[in-house]
Amino acid sequence: MKYTILVNEGPYQHQSADTALQFTRAALEKGHEIFRVFFYHDGVNNGTRLSVPPADDRLIQKSWSELAEKHGLDLVICIAAAQRRGLMDADEAKRQGLDANNIAPGFRISGLGQLVEGGIQSDRLVVFGD
Amino acid sequence: MSTKNFLFVNRKTPYGTVYALEALEVVLISAAFEQNVSLAFIDDGVYQITKGQNSKETGMKNFSPTFRALGDYDITKLYVSTESLAERGLTVDDLMELTYEDADDDYAEKPSIILVNREEMAAMMAEQEVILSF
Repeated sequence: MKYTILVNEGPYQHQSADTALQFTRAALEKGHEIFRVFFYHDGVNNGTRLSVPPADDRLIQKSWSELAEKHGLDLVICIAAAQRRGLMDADEAKRQGLDANNIAPGFRISGLGQLVEGGIQSDRLVVFGD
Repeated sequence: MSTKNFLFVNRKTPYGTVYALEALEVVLISAAFEQNVSLAFIDDGVYQITKGQNSKETGMKNFSPTFRALGDYDITKLYVSTESLAERGLTVDDLMELTYEDADDDYAEKPSIILVNREEMAAMMAEQEVILSF
């Protein structure tokens, strides 16, 4: 089965951010294909590399980055939602004249068309959010 | 690219959270992909298409006029839950008059809003291939 995953909630704020990660990991372990993981609404915050939770807590953003590296996942952050919430890659930061960027490894920023394409190309689109 | 039945399910109030506004942004993008797109309004989502919205005091932009443009994007099926309306003391008269011009019928203006009960909503959902809920 080919899946696209939509993550609509931020890390540490809502269980669905953890559930999306666990679902994706489980699907890969079962041999399914993840066509794309798309991050929208506050879900974009799953892709910031500047998150530093207390040492005894889980590292949600890092877990996504590691999973992406291991399985070649396509982790896409919505550009409009990201800009509202202060997530920038290096190119966009430069374009906006900002002095920092904060995208975690394995993530890329792109448009909502990537989500719609995921719906078209996948057997299932699974939404995680409130 | 193949064509699928896409349904966007709107369940939340238009203001107070960003879900409704950002859901509408996806809907508009989906139109560019020439998919068979429908919308459903359930629970507090029915408030998204009520008429006379004024969000000024909330600080959020009143984006309700955008719903009027959906017909121009060939998004012409807006399913509204009759139970959700009734539970909130609303009737169809409280909703915006959302219409589209039917190209197959000499561009006659037709209503986009389709009132459905829970059973009909479930049957419609069963025909969908991609369901996104916000």
